Amino acid sequence: MQRLIIALISGLIFGAGLVISEMVNPVKVQNFLDPFGNWDASLAFVMGGAVAVTLFTTHFIMKRKTPLFSDRFYMAVKTSIDRRLILGASLFGIGWGLSGYCPGPGIINAMINPSEAMIFLPALIIGGWIGQRYSA
Amino acid sequence: MLEAFPIQPLIGGILIGISAALLLAFNGRIAGISGILYNLLFNPLSSSESGWRIAFLLGLLGGGYLMLPAAFELRNGYSPILLVVSGLAVGIGTRIGNGCTSGHGVCGIGSMAGRSIAATVTFVATGIITVTVLRSFMA
Repeated sequence: MQRLIIALISGLIFGAGLVISEMVNPVKVQNFLDPFGNWDASLAFVMGGAVAVTLFTTHFIMKRKTPLFSDRFYMAVKTSIDRRLILGASLFGIGWGLSGYCPGPGIINAMINPSEAMIFLPALIIGGWIGQRYSA
Repeated sequence: MLEAFPIQPLIGGILIGISAALLLAFNGRIAGISGILYNLLFNPLSSSESGWRIAFLLGLLGGGYLMLPAAFELRNGYSPILLVVSGLAVGIGTRIGNGCTSGHGVCGIGSMAGRSIAATVTFVATGIITVTVLRSFMA
C-alpha cells in the first residue's frame, strides 16, 4: 500500500511538472529541436532542472543499502553501449522530432489534444509491442 | 535577444526531478515512463508489479489534469501519417533502446550511467536532424 501511494504521488508530481514546463506542447518541443531555425532553448531548463535534482539526490539515495519501502533498488543492469541502444535511441529521436511527442507528454495529451493522442498513442503501443518482439 | 527567464520550464523540470527521486528513494524504482507503460502492458508479472505502475500512470494523468488548462494554442490539422510514423518510431525506439526522455534523460543521467548519456545525446541529435529536415520540407 505504501508503495502504491508513493507511485501515485510520484506520478502526480511528474504529470504536473510536464504540464507546467510545457513539455506537453509538441510545437514547443519541435522548436526546441530546431536550433538552426526557430529555436526555443527554454526546454533545456526542463532537463537541466530535473537532472540537477536527480544528480544530487541519486548520489545520496544510493548510499543506502535498500530503498525505504522496498527490498532493493531496481536499477538497469546493462552498462555497455551497444548497437541496440544507439539504434533504439536514434529511432526514438526521429519519432520525437516527427510529432514533438515523447511517451509522457503523449499520454497527457489524451486530455489536452485527444484528436492527436488517439492516433499517436495506439501507434506508440504497437511500436512498443514490435520492439518487444524484436527484443525477445 | 533578451527574453524572460524560463521559470516555468525550470520549475517543471525540478518537479520531474523530485518525482524521480521520490520513486527511487522509497520504492527503488526508475521513473521511466516508456518502461512503466510497456512493462504494464506486455510483461504482466504479479499484481504487485502492475499495481505501482498503474498508480504511477494514473498519477501522471491526474497531475497533468490538475495543471490544466494548458496555456498554449492547440495544434490543429497536423498530418495523421506523421503522427502514426512518430508513434511507431517512438514505441520501437524506446523499447529496443530501453528508455525515453525520462528513463535515460532524467533518471539515467542522474545516476551518471554512460548508456543513458549516450542514448540522450543520440536521441536529441536525431531529433534535431529530423525537425530540421521536416521543416525544410514543410517550408
